[in-house]
Amino acid sequence: MIEAINSALDVMLTRDPDVVIMGEDVGYFGGVFRATAGLQRKHGKTRVFDTPITECGIIGVGVGMAAYGLRPVPEIQFADYIYPGLDQLVSEAARMRYRSANDFICPMTVRSPFGGGIFGGQTHSQSPESMFTHVCGIKTVIPANPYDAKGLLIAAIEDNDPVVFFEPKRIYNGPFSGYYDRPVEPWSKHEGSAVPEDYYRIELGKAATVREGEAVTVLTYGTMVHVVKAVVAETGIDAEIIDLRTLLPLDIETIEASVKKTGRCMVVHEATRTSGFGAELAAQVQERCFYHLEAPVERVTGFDTPYPHSLEWAYFPGPVRLARAFDKIMKD
Amino acid sequence: MAQRLKNNLAPLRLHVPEPKFRPGDKADFSDIVVPPVDALPRPDEAVKPAEIHDLAYGLVRVLDDDSGARGSWNPGLDADRLRLMLRKMLLLRAFDDRMFRAQRQGKTSFYMKSFGEEATSVATAMTLQHDDMCFPSYRQQGILITRDYPMIEMMNQIYSNRGDRLKGRQLPIMYSAKDYGFFSISGNLTTQYPQAVGWAMASASRGDTRIAAVWCGDGSTAEGDFHSALTFAAVYNAPVIFQVVNNQWAISSFSGFAGSERTTFAARAIGYGIAGLRVDGNDALAVYAAMEWAANRARTNNGPTLIEYFTYRGEGHSTSDDPSAYRAAEEYAEWPLGDPVERLKAHLIGLGEWSDEQHAALSVALMDEVKTTQKEAEKNGILGHGLHHPFETMFEDVFEEMPWHLKEQCAQMLEEQHDKFGDEWKPN
Repeated sequence: MIEAINSALDVMLTRDPDVVIMGEDVGYFGGVFRATAGLQRKHGKTRVFDTPITECGIIGVGVGMAAYGLRPVPEIQFADYIYPGLDQLVSEAARMRYRSANDFICPMTVRSPFGGGIFGGQTHSQSPESMFTHVCGIKTVIPANPYDAKGLLIAAIEDNDPVVFFEPKRIYNGPFSGYYDRPVEPWSKHEGSAVPEDYYRIELGKAATVREGEAVTVLTYGTMVHVVKAVVAETGIDAEIIDLRTLLPLDIETIEASVKKTGRCMVVHEATRTSGFGAELAAQVQERCFYHLEAPVERVTGFDTPYPHSLEWAYFPGPVRLARAFDKIMKD
Repeated sequence: MAQRLKNNLAPLRLHVPEPKFRPGDKADFSDIVVPPVDALPRPDEAVKPAEIHDLAYGLVRVLDDDSGARGSWNPGLDADRLRLMLRKMLLLRAFDDRMFRAQRQGKTSFYMKSFGEEATSVATAMTLQHDDMCFPSYRQQGILITRDYPMIEMMNQIYSNRGDRLKGRQLPIMYSAKDYGFFSISGNLTTQYPQAVGWAMASASRGDTRIAAVWCGDGSTAEGDFHSALTFAAVYNAPVIFQVVNNQWAISSFSGFAGSERTTFAARAIGYGIAGLRVDGNDALAVYAAMEWAANRARTNNGPTLIEYFTYRGEGHSTSDDPSAYRAAEEYAEWPLGDPVERLKAHLIGLGEWSDEQHAALSVALMDEVKTTQKEAEKNGILGHGLHHPFETMFEDVFEEMPWHLKEQCAQMLEEQHDKFGDEWKPN
C-alpha cells in the first residue's frame, strides 16, 4: 500500500503543478514509512520538502498555500501528533470556505498514518478519526487496500475541500488478519494489490461491499476490514462486509440497503469506544433501519484506554472480540 | 505549610505580573524611554539581521517633538501623500465612531474600534502593493479603508444583513476581501501567522513578486502559531512581514502577560535570526518607513522582518468590555507617544500644507460620508430585523457540494421555519 500512496503522490505531482508535499522527513529521506521516497529527487525541492517539527506550522502553512492557490498535501508523521495542528484544521481549514463565503477555499489533503498493531505504544497507535468527522467542513477518508489508497488519495488531492486522509499503517506492507502470531502475508497475494501505474480516482463518499452476505452487515474501515474478513471466513458466518472508505461524507445508501437486507448490523473500529465513529454509525442505522433490525446494533472497538504497549493485543479488537460479538448478534 | 528551608535559601516565589496602574491610580509613563529621532539610523535594506539587534530594542521615530519629520528613516512623502494618509486615518476614526454607536443602538452585536492605533493599519497598507496579501487580526479595518474597499460592504458585514458578502456568517468586523488583498479574519488568535507564511512561501516558490503582511497583538504573540510561523519564515526565508501591534492591553491583561516585563516584542526576532524593528506606532511616518523597509527586504529575497509597533489601545478591547474596570482612566491622555492623528495633523500644519480649519472641515465631511453610507447599508437591514440572507444559505459553503446529511438538515430547518411562521412564511 505504501507504493500505491507513493504512486498517487507521484501522479499528482506530475499532473498538477499546484500540488506541493511537505512534512517532517518527507523530502530527501522520503518519509519514515517511505511514502514519499524518490519524490523530491524527481519533482524538486520546492515541490517536496522537509519542514520544521511543528504540526501547527505545517497545517497552518498549508492553509496559507491553499489560499494562494496551491494544492498542498502535508504529511503528519503519525496521527498521534496531529493535535498541535488541530486548531488550524478545525478552526481554519474546515471553516475557510464557509466563513469567507467562497472568497477563500482550502483544497488541502492532510495525510497521516494511524492505528496500532505495530507495538507503537500510546503515541504511535491512535485512531482519532471521529474527532475529524465531528468537525463540519472536513472530509475523512481511510483506505483499506493499495488500489483504493491510490484512487482515493488522488480524489482527495483533487477535492476542493480539506481532506484528512488516514492511512492504516499496520497494513502498509500487507493485509492483517488480526492473528499477530501468524506470518505476515504480503500484498502481492491479495486481490486489492494490483495497482495501475497511471491516474485513476475513486469517488469520495462511496463505500465498497467487500463481501456480500445475508446474515449480518458489518460496517468497518481500514485495518479492521481484513480482520473482519478473516473472522468471517473462519466462522462461516454469511456476513456482508462494507468497507466505508470515506467516513464523511458517509455512503448512507449502501449502509441502509445492506442493513435492511440483513436485519443485523455490527460496527467495527480500532479506535476507542466512547464517542467513536461507531456511535454515529449505530445512531444512523437505528434512525433509518429500526424496524428492520432483529438485534441491537453491536459495537466492536478498542477499549477506552490509551493504546498500551505490552498489552497491545489485549487492546486490539481482534478475532476473539469479533467472534464473541458475532455470537451475540446472531443469537437474538 | 512552607517546606523547611534548604541550604539557607529563601523560599521560592511565584511571580505574577501586575500592571503599574489600576483604576483610581494616576498613570505615570515617565519611565518609558523615548529615544531621540534617528538614535538608530536606517540600515541598508540588505543588512544581515545579526547586525541590527539594537533596532529591536530601540524605537524608530520620524516625527520629532516639534512635529518636524527628520532623520534617515524619514520616508520623504510629499504633501498629497501625507494628506491622503491623514484623510484615511480620519475616515477610519469616523467609521469606528459610527459603528461603535450602531452597536450601542442595538443595530448589531459587536464592534471593535482601532482608536489610537490607526497608523498601524493605514500607514502600513499605504506601503504595500494592491495585490500583496494582508493577513489581519481583528483591529486592522484601516487596511480596507486605505485600499478603498467600499465602506458599505464593511457595514453590511457588521449588520449581517442581506447585503453581507459573507452571508451573515461571521461575527461583525471579521471581513474577507480577496480582491482587495485582505484575508478572511479568524476569531482564533494568531492562526493567520503561519497562514501568511504559507502564502508567502507559495508566492516565492512560484517566482511571483507578491509578498504577505500579517498582524497580531502583543498578547497573542504567546500563541504557538506565532512561534511556528517565525520558525517557518526563518527556515524558508519567506517574503513575509510580521507585525505586532503592541497596544499594551489584551482585553484586561497587560502586555506583561505576554512577556513584556523582560524584553521587547521586536526582540523575539533575534532568536529566530530575522530582522526585528521596534517602532513608534503612533508616528505614522515611522510606521510607514519601517513597513517600507521590511517590504523592500521581502521583495528582494532578503527575508522576513518582525516589526513591533509600540502604541496604546485608546478604547476598550471591544464593545463587550469596560476598560475603566481594569486600568487607570487617563492612561491614553498620559501616553508619551501622543495620538497618531494629532501628530500627523501637526506635522502637515507645520509644513504649511494643512490648517485647523481644513482639518475640522474634513472631519465633518468624512463623518457625513460615513453617515450617508450607513443609511444606505441600513436599507439592507440591521442584525436581528429579518433582512438576512435566505435560511438555506446556512448550509451552503460547508463543502463545495452539499452532501446528503446537510441537505436533510436543511430540509428540517425549513420545516421548522414553516412551523414557526405558518403558511405565511416565505423564504427570506
